[in-house]
Amino acid sequence: MRIEWLLALRFLKEGRAQTFFMLGGVTMGVGVIVFLTSLITGLQRSIIEKTLGTQAHVVMRPPDDEARRIIMPDSARAVSANVERRAQRLSSILQWQQIMRELEKRPEVTAVSPLVAGPSFAIRGSATKSVALMGIDPEKYTRIVPMSSFMKEGEFRITANDAAIGTDLARDLGVTLGDKIRLQTADGRSETITVAGIFDVGIRDLNRRWVFITLRSAQNLLDLVGGVSSIDVTVRDLFKADAIGEQLAQQTGLTAESWMKTNAQLMVGLKSQSASSYMIQFFVIISVAFGITSVLVVSVIQKSREVGILRAMGCSRKRIRHIFLLQGGLVGLSGSLFGSGLGALLVTFFASTAKNPDGTPIFPVVLEPGMFLVAAGVATVTGILAAAAPAVRAAKLDPVVAIRNV
Amino acid sequence: MSDISNIIQLTDVRKVYGNDGITTEVLHGIDLTLQQGEFTALIGPSGSGKSTLLNIIGLLEQSTSGIIQVQGRETGALSDEELTLLRGRSIGFVFQFHHLIPAFSALENVMMPLMLEAGRPLAAQRERATALLTRVGLADRLDFKPAKLSGGQQQRVAIARALAANPPLILADEPTGNLDTASADEIFKLLYEVNQESGTTFLIVTHDPRLAHRCRRVVELVDGRIVV
Ligand SMILES: Nc1ncnc2c1ncn2[C@@H]1O[C@H](COP(=O)(O)OP(=O)(O)O)[C@@H](O)[C@H]1O
Ligand SMILES: [Mg+2]
Repeated sequence: MRIEWLLALRFLKEGRAQTFFMLGGVTMGVGVIVFLTSLITGLQRSIIEKTLGTQAHVVMRPPDDEARRIIMPDSARAVSANVERRAQRLSSILQWQQIMRELEKRPEVTAVSPLVAGPSFAIRGSATKSVALMGIDPEKYTRIVPMSSFMKEGEFRITANDAAIGTDLARDLGVTLGDKIRLQTADGRSETITVAGIFDVGIRDLNRRWVFITLRSAQNLLDLVGGVSSIDVTVRDLFKADAIGEQLAQQTGLTAESWMKTNAQLMVGLKSQSASSYMIQFFVIISVAFGITSVLVVSVIQKSREVGILRAMGCSRKRIRHIFLLQGGLVGLSGSLFGSGLGALLVTFFASTAKNPDGTPIFPVVLEPGMFLVAAGVATVTGILAAAAPAVRAAKLDPVVAIRNV
Repeated sequence: MSDISNIIQLTDVRKVYGNDGITTEVLHGIDLTLQQGEFTALIGPSGSGKSTLLNIIGLLEQSTSGIIQVQGRETGALSDEELTLLRGRSIGFVFQFHHLIPAFSALENVMMPLMLEAGRPLAAQRERATALLTRVGLADRLDFKPAKLSGGQQQRVAIARALAANPPLILADEPTGNLDTASADEIFKLLYEVNQESGTTFLIVTHDPRLAHRCRRVVELVDGRIVV
């Protein structure tokens, strides 16, 4: 193998301008790919992170369509619930402790948290607001939604007396830390809580509606004693949430809704963004490959005398082919190293110029070693494939023609 | 029939160029035997088919018909791969125009046939190539690229390269054709000395009757036929 490497390297070194142009092509191609990939990866990751910051990956609910609508709090419906409250009773998961234990056992599941959710009113003096009660086990819930990191004032301390509300609800009701609020449901059950924490999850609607209380308080208020309305689940691999959800649904007999379904619109957006990025990358690769091929075709013609001499000395066609394939591969590999550098530089520069007013980057770029490895692999394979036609041509050269025509 | 001391045995070798339309028969039934250690000149007018014959003997070109045996081995049925292997092991070439690889130094050019053989350590290759270049009087030019060497020096490198894999046969096509008389004499002397020292068989195409007369055997080709 040694002589093929030696010859490939020498031929590249000798064909200075040609090698430079091939390398330049690969460098720019890989640069563009690295730039694009890290930008889009960063963008998508931050969108997903923001979306999932307040959501479980999978939500398990009782197998009843009715329940789903009622859990989404809706003030008009809540008012009418006064009239026909038995019919409106929330359907619940009764053997939830047992189901949770089962879910926790699965290796792909990272956290499980029970939730008792339902509509209510929050009353403070003359102000009445329609809210969504979130009855939770704080220790379990914070493993799914990191509420502590969203706290603006106070802390996320949920006890029989203490509750947490959002910034917008606090403003609407005119309450601050330590103030008391009365929670009253449509069928007249009520409880008084103290505001121990005020959060801002970044979504106004949730800041206005969410009221965190204990599981037990919510069960009492919503007349769900012994049951929960849903079970939140997070999984190890975000993008398998759909498949895992289905498995969990089969295992438990509950229904499962993954974050991908809940955010179907977003997923479509992300997917088409990825698709267009792949398209661009594909065409960049193709044009880089064409560049390598056309330069090597010329180089084969220029080197036909050397090829003839090598053949006369006992160099097989296969080895001649390898010499040119190696040139393509070497150009691809080294070009990908330069290109990775270029792409990283570009993307870092870009990220440093595009900033939000508060100084945080608009595009949280992601530069991962895996991406560079993939780029190097793709570029090397592209180089070898691009060299295939010239290499076959070189191997077919007739040594006599090369030797006779000096 | 096949004598192992016959390095090369040609029987009724014909070569026709062109397929449909105009065809030219360049070699008309050549019978030729080269024995171990022979030092033979191949002479003849330009266009008589000397290079063609040499290329056929060197397994670079296929004959149209006839039998070519290299060290007693029939080559007609061999694949391209096998021919290449046999050529690498058995035959060294010296061409008229110093066909050295310009990107490589003198030493690397001589090492080339050794690198093509599998399994010889690099140090041993370097050692042998250095010894050969020393033998042809270029000990002080090891790292020179061909462009930095005179015509005679380039031809010496080519000879060292032809000798590198220690082949039993060396084919030289007008090795002195491009050189002045003094250099030509020296190159010829070198070839003869190598023949005497190592018993390598030589077939040398030359135009120069003066040089041809110094060979023990002279084969003359006229219009594709051997006349002497
Ligand atoms: N590839 C080829 N196609 C057609 N004719 C050829 C080819 N190669 C050589 N010839 C012809 O064969 C004849 C012998 O050529 P060559 O062997 O080179 O002669 P020499 O070496 O004796 O000068 C010449 O007439 C030449 O034109
Ligand atoms: Mg000739």
